[in-house]
Amino acid sequence: MSYLSGHMGEIGALTLQHLALTLAGLALGLAVAALLAWLVMRVPQSGTPVFASAGVIYTIPSLALLAVAVRYLGLGFWPVVLILAAYAQFILVRGIVTALREVPEAQLDAARGLGMSATQELWRVRLPLAAPVLLGSIRLATVALIAIATLGGYVGAGGLGSEIFLGLQRQYLAQTLAGSIPVAALAVIADAALRTAERIAMRRISG
Amino acid sequence: MRYPRADRNAVDGVSVEIPAGSFTVFVGPSGCGKSTLLRTVNRLVVPQSGRVFVGDDDVAAMNAVDLRRGIGYVIQAVGLFTHMTVAQNVGVVPTLLRWDRARIQARVDELLGLVGLEPARYRNRYPRELSGGEQQRVGVARAIAAEPPVLLMDEPFGAVDAIVRRSLQDEIRRIASTLNTTILFVTHDVDEALRLADRIVVMREGRIEQHGSPEELLQVPTPYVAQMFAIDSELRKYDALRRVL
Repeated sequence: MSYLSGHMGEIGALTLQHLALTLAGLALGLAVAALLAWLVMRVPQSGTPVFASAGVIYTIPSLALLAVAVRYLGLGFWPVVLILAAYAQFILVRGIVTALREVPEAQLDAARGLGMSATQELWRVRLPLAAPVLLGSIRLATVALIAIATLGGYVGAGGLGSEIFLGLQRQYLAQTLAGSIPVAALAVIADAALRTAERIAMRRISG
Repeated sequence: MRYPRADRNAVDGVSVEIPAGSFTVFVGPSGCGKSTLLRTVNRLVVPQSGRVFVGDDDVAAMNAVDLRRGIGYVIQAVGLFTHMTVAQNVGVVPTLLRWDRARIQARVDELLGLVGLEPARYRNRYPRELSGGEQQRVGVARAIAAEPPVLLMDEPFGAVDAIVRRSLQDEIRRIASTLNTTILFVTHDVDEALRLADRIVVMREGRIEQHGSPEELLQVPTPYVAQMFAIDSELRKYDALRRVL
């Protein structure tokens, strides 16, 4: 406890770094996943290879994947963001596709029949109706990425991982805890916040 | 028109002219192609051959989105947007057409009144808070919001019980007489067809079996149509019996 109170400023900065890593990874992950999901919706045959590749990436130990990323991108922020985005694919692509496919056919038929363009149908009908499932998969991905982002401590990207790994190296438990407790707290808070968003979205659409 | 992997054309060799302002009912058993035919009008189905005209315009040459905004569309499953209020649902097409807010609001209230739902009570409700019959009233209001010259109705009252269906039929007949809209209405219910139609088109296996006014069909039916009427009236007798017993 005395370690934690003595290093409040540092821990705060590392927490912000950790959040930045996670959010950047999530943003890139969402962008890529949205493209892949669009592909799967347009060309259903692409579903199997896309899901299989995302699954294979997910099974590679994150540290090994990070080593490869560092080999090409160097140390620092970007290799971590890249592997976070890659890990998120497994959860996000399937989540987005499932969410969009579960929208009731009658509402889509009505949307088209009333003269919505494809874009209007997506933004006004499909996405609001898909929102709860979508937010659910974003929640799962976020919690997983908060945990994986600790690896940033190994490659000079900062984040709470650096506290954890330093503490382990020096066999200084207080420092390790000062890194790991905030990581756990971040995960719990993110989970609760996104759960609330999910519930609100669900209440808006439950027919 | 043939669907992928189907063994016959869903709609085949159909040629029919529907007078502007008429209430035309397409009737036939399920799978006879009546819904498919209806959906070629707003291009939700595109036939492999043949042409569909609305007024003087070939629908294939029109922008699908513009075409559909000028055609009302009501389906059996209703398809109200569950994340929108009643007012937002009814206002969907006016919103797409970029009417200003005050005009949309006024139109929504006018329409809710027209379909027998008190605006103040229903405006801000969500579809889940409505009965099946009320939902379809909203569905009808949504379809006619921008005063489309053509209204397509695909088994609109198929999912509600007999009593509600009867009152909805009366309503749509009344609404049809106040609007100057050409209505194309699909049903498998012969009774409903006779009750609503100025003109009936009887379909059978993708083709037109017979068409004309209800009187013409009742007076000189083809054997198939005569049989259809007979079966329907028998069914109704059983129904009545069941209710009495």
